[in-house]
Amino acid sequence: MKFTTPVLDYAILSPILIVLAGALIGVMIEAFLSKTRRPIVQLILTLGTLLIALVQVFRIRNTTSLSAAMGSVIFDGPAFLLQMTILIISIISIFLIADNENFTALAAALPGSIEEQEATCKGNQVTEVYPLTLFAVAGMLLFPIASDLITLFVALEMLSLPLYLMAGLSRRRRLMSQEAALKYFLLGAFSSAFFLFGAAYLYGYSGLISFAGIRESIVGGTGNDVFLLIGIAFLSVGLLFKVGAVPFHAWSPDVYQGAPTAVTAFMAAATKVAAFGAMLRIYYTVFANAQWSWSPLLSVIAIITMLFGSFVAIAQRDVKRMLAYSSIAHAGFLITGVIALNKAGLSASIFYLFAYGIATVGAFAIVTLVRDSAGEVSDLNRWAGLGKRSPWVATIFAFFLLAFAGIPLTSGFIGKFSIFSAAYESGAKSVVIAGVLSSAIAAFFYIRVIVLMFFTDSHEDATTVVIPSVLTRITVIVSFVITVALGVYPAPLIDFINKFAIFIR
Amino acid sequence: MNAANYLYVSALLFTIGAVGVVVRRNAIVVFMCVELMLNAANLAFVTFSRINGNLDGQVVAFFTMVVAACEVVVGLAIIVTIYRSRRSASVDDASLLKR
Repeated sequence: MKFTTPVLDYAILSPILIVLAGALIGVMIEAFLSKTRRPIVQLILTLGTLLIALVQVFRIRNTTSLSAAMGSVIFDGPAFLLQMTILIISIISIFLIADNENFTALAAALPGSIEEQEATCKGNQVTEVYPLTLFAVAGMLLFPIASDLITLFVALEMLSLPLYLMAGLSRRRRLMSQEAALKYFLLGAFSSAFFLFGAAYLYGYSGLISFAGIRESIVGGTGNDVFLLIGIAFLSVGLLFKVGAVPFHAWSPDVYQGAPTAVTAFMAAATKVAAFGAMLRIYYTVFANAQWSWSPLLSVIAIITMLFGSFVAIAQRDVKRMLAYSSIAHAGFLITGVIALNKAGLSASIFYLFAYGIATVGAFAIVTLVRDSAGEVSDLNRWAGLGKRSPWVATIFAFFLLAFAGIPLTSGFIGKFSIFSAAYESGAKSVVIAGVLSSAIAAFFYIRVIVLMFFTDSHEDATTVVIPSVLTRITVIVSFVITVALGVYPAPLIDFINKFAIFIR
Repeated sequence: MNAANYLYVSALLFTIGAVGVVVRRNAIVVFMCVELMLNAANLAFVTFSRINGNLDGQVVAFFTMVVAACEVVVGLAIIVTIYRSRRSASVDDASLLKR
């Protein structure tokens, strides 16, 4: 038997390889460098790696060869845009992760034990979080460009496993944080089993694991339709879990609340981009010709996700949980973009992912700033009167909330408008009506928080806003500036996205 | 023997695993049920590989084993940590976060 050497096309894989190399060097640093020098070295290494990867993604945007690693990945316009988005969001959230107030000093020590207190007094930090972030970023970069089932599954696990660990590293309320990690892990593993089972049936349907092969089988209609339906259904469960759509949302409020806020910011923004990137590719290219089988069901899921997220968010008394339910509602808006199944829907979804991701990181960065003596305060009642005590922080937070609500002149408005008009064009009128309704409901609870911050008198046990460290300040300011810029003058980015938003099949 | 029978076995294993995840309360047992589901998917892959007459499915099975091993590493780390701080691995006891 003749053995042919695989052609890998390293240029296209280079951003992922750079990030992975950075992660491995990070692991080496953990082993060989002294505790005191690790934090700064790791921060520089991680930032440098992400920046180099960002430059590299930008450089290869017009490459002529589109698929690499023997057709396992496809690098086309949307892939380029999604990878850029993921890297930009990661760079912004790395500054937040680097703020040492967020993580436990010694993750292995029992909560409240002497070892933990000693490590805290010494000022130790869990610098492992940097390589873990890089591994997760590598998985996220791979997820939306994967074009066969093996790569897709491996990328899914690669982005999830580090996040499970990172969710359990909180400095304060460690039991809650560990519980969040356990829930995230068990439910995540549960959903990836569904994902894999669906992948098996898609393979059974077409006899091939490449997306192109599965697509051709669907177009040709040669296989057993039962296998196809089982495959689509189970694969969708796995993907919908990752984006946190109802009824697969149960993990997200708990994990958002329990995880360290910096990790929540990174996870909420970047995972969503990666998961929706993969979802858009799969539904727009592989399953496009089987639209009759998934479109009605996905419409129902979009409608209940939007309405459920908006309604339940009203009842929340905790800022992080409220943002979690709002992110569930946003997942519903984004699924609307998947249902649209046209070019406008694709570019609208990518714009929305970018705008939403940046605003999410910014909003969670503000949450890390509002503290009392025991740490972060996420109880909404104690945010009352924040606008009088620290007008700047409250104003910026209010702006992010308005962007989530989709008020004109913010990035959220343009995102929502373009997604709804794309879905309307493709005839999904009921979904659009539900979307507009739930946007109105959502606006209610966002504005309620703003009223609470500015027009309510503060309680006795009022919170203080700490003076942000330079690192957190960078996160807040960068995400604020981008959100304002996208709201006031979005045309350049929209043109840029329109130029690239075409899937290569 | 008819290859479809293996698919029935795989579907049965998957169902047992899924029911186990929902019903059982011990985190380790829940985790074992997830592994059972992954292996059910593996069996389906290998069976389809036989039916379709190519090796892709068997290659996937190898990848799944590696991924499952990684998942064990991360999963047991999390479960052991939570057991040490609570002296219990029951998923019902872990309920600080509101439902």
